[in-house]
Amino acid sequence: MSSEVKTTGRNMIEAINDAHRVMMAKDPDIVVFGEDVGFFGGVFRATAGLQKEFGKTRCFDAPISEGGIVGTAVGMAAYGLKPVIEIQFADYIYPGYDQIVSEVARIRYRTAGEWTMPMVIRSPYGGGIFGGQTHSQSPEALFTHIAGIKTVIPSNPYDAKGLLIAAIEDPDPVVFFEPKRIYNGPFDGHHDRPVTPWSKHALSAVPDGHYTVPLGKANIVREGEALTILTYGTMVHVSLAAVEENGIDAEVIDLRTLVPLDIETIEESIKKTGRCLVVQEATKTSGFGAELAALVQERCFYHLEAPVERVTGWDTPYPHAYEWIYFPGPIRMKNALKKVMAA
Amino acid sequence: MNDATKRPNRPALALHVPEPPFRPGDTPDFSSIKVPPAGEAPRPDVAAEAEETFPLVTHLVRVLDDSGNAVGAWDPKLDPDTLRKMLRDMKTVRTFDDRMYRAQRQGKTSFYMKCTGEEAIAVAAATAMDPEDMHFPTYRQQGLLVARGYPLKTMMCQIYSNAEDPVKGRQLPIMYSDKKHGFFSISGNLGTQYPQAVGWAMASAIKGDSRICMGWIGDGATAEGDFHNAMTFATVYQAPVILAVVNNQWAISSFSGIAGAEQATFASRAVGYGMAGLRVDGNDALAVYAAVKWASERARTNNGPTLIEFFTYRAEGHSTSDDPTGYRAKGEAEQWPLGDPIARLKAHLVALGEWDDERDAALDAELDATVRAAQKEAEAVGTLPDQGFENIPSMFDDVFADTPWHLKEQCEQSLAEAREFLGHEPK
Repeated sequence: MSSEVKTTGRNMIEAINDAHRVMMAKDPDIVVFGEDVGFFGGVFRATAGLQKEFGKTRCFDAPISEGGIVGTAVGMAAYGLKPVIEIQFADYIYPGYDQIVSEVARIRYRTAGEWTMPMVIRSPYGGGIFGGQTHSQSPEALFTHIAGIKTVIPSNPYDAKGLLIAAIEDPDPVVFFEPKRIYNGPFDGHHDRPVTPWSKHALSAVPDGHYTVPLGKANIVREGEALTILTYGTMVHVSLAAVEENGIDAEVIDLRTLVPLDIETIEESIKKTGRCLVVQEATKTSGFGAELAALVQERCFYHLEAPVERVTGWDTPYPHAYEWIYFPGPIRMKNALKKVMAA
Repeated sequence: MNDATKRPNRPALALHVPEPPFRPGDTPDFSSIKVPPAGEAPRPDVAAEAEETFPLVTHLVRVLDDSGNAVGAWDPKLDPDTLRKMLRDMKTVRTFDDRMYRAQRQGKTSFYMKCTGEEAIAVAAATAMDPEDMHFPTYRQQGLLVARGYPLKTMMCQIYSNAEDPVKGRQLPIMYSDKKHGFFSISGNLGTQYPQAVGWAMASAIKGDSRICMGWIGDGATAEGDFHNAMTFATVYQAPVILAVVNNQWAISSFSGIAGAEQATFASRAVGYGMAGLRVDGNDALAVYAAVKWASERARTNNGPTLIEFFTYRAEGHSTSDDPTGYRAKGEAEQWPLGDPIARLKAHLVALGEWDDERDAALDAELDATVRAAQKEAEAVGTLPDQGFENIPSMFDDVFADTPWHLKEQCEQSLAEAREFLGHEPK
């Protein structure tokens, strides 16, 4: 980043909001809509001020109909607009799933490129907020499994703005999951300690104006030699804290984009460290971590000194009262790190 | 079930499962269907409040009477050339359907779906709208492409999945797509195109464009959630869209009662959403034209969306994979009170003195030759059994704009497999 670029301290919501503003000013074909997104500015304030600045036909409220929101966005993209739509919680994306899987993901393919779907589907996701069953889910594996969709999950304000701008500019449809636990500050898994706001974190220095963080590129957030941690979203911060607390020289990779995956960075790291821990909030069975573990096994088998371990949520619906038993926190991390290092 | 939960002093509840009036072995009799005389339905102003159309959702807009005369307020008063063009297009569709059905039976392709008996609907709708307006069709509106002059050969190349198939052998036969002809890519997933049509119309309105859009759905698929989604969004945003329900009485083997037609017409769905609604004789090309023209003028002048139910009959099987004798009475199509759309339009042209049997027979012969010639050309390019080993890497294109590493790897693997299977380098 050039020293001349002006930055403003922003939390993740403010960074996401600014990405919208920058792109809507730049591209008149961008329309933003979803439930409570217009006048009110979104239940998490991600679209605050956009309707006032860009008018009601550029940013507007939608009926409570995820199938309708995604379905009309498909028609708008077919017309030539670039919809950036919001699904209020990832837990409520399922009524729109048919449109996403059967339509959005496949239209470029089934029309041999005659029609494309340059749209972004934003949705707050993840747990750690006492959200219970329907305000905590991490359904990324339901999208990474679908050919034709890109899946992006930022972990800090700088990436959130740069990745969202890149997603809006990308010619392909992008599902953009925002870990709502870290909207206001990074969360290291220690729920019994006060939360540090983003303002105390270097990555809250978000450049004004346009910049991108490329899709499909992972970020090594901590270099190390002892093992490689593959993670994304809130779990980046949980992993970093666990590494320091346990005094292990781990390399922590924030994947940022799950599809397409930055396989080169992953392979290079594991060939160096020989050990791998996969960390996700989502339930374990058939989660994205299973894909990561399989890829590492297929491509780095002879470099591995220990089985690939997974830290994940349990294979249950996300419970309310048992939040901190469910959430993959410091103890699960410590034990998994120990296991990978002991083998 | 626990009997203790039953209360003996209350009547036992009974589940109603709708049944069609006739099953195989029955003699069909449609005398119970109320067919109002042609010309009876009033024609509101295109700027009328939606509620003024509400009586029309249980009526039936009809223009052609039993003698082939055009009567009443909905008579679009089309010139003979336009009428002849519609007749030609409808006959082309039927000829095309027959040839492609036979091609499937001959093993030249895997699948086909006819629209026999429904030709007037898509053809007249395409005629009533402007060429730059967009359609979001189902798999039974091939008449839109024919009426808009899409090459028959290209349709057939799609059906044969050959080297000139515009969608590169990726889609099932008849899942056409053509942006230039305003024909959105057909999806196998029913109902999805309905909210998409609304979204396209919203986009046109957002940009201050003058183009409008028409979404299509069958009677069965109105039960999908996307029907409701589309109706809600169309009314909320007053989208410049025409939403068509082609009620051909059958969804594969399920009669329209299973989709909810026993208690209310499909057009009457419009009322609850506050949308203008029309119920139209779908076998009357003039009524279809007039209704679509009315709804399109309404949409174009920012007076909001219209739901139109086209009342018709699916005269043949659902697809080449279906045998209707397993679930419905023989001879239903012949008994259908609204007749055959092609015969009715022909009778009208004859009544006008603008057509005769001689010209009709000549047209049939001409269209037969045209369709045969297109088929010969398409088959020269290739039929399905020969396909699938040319340009294997193209199978991995267009998943994304750029092919990511994992697809490149899988492409190499598929080429190696093809090499092993063929015993030589794939083309």
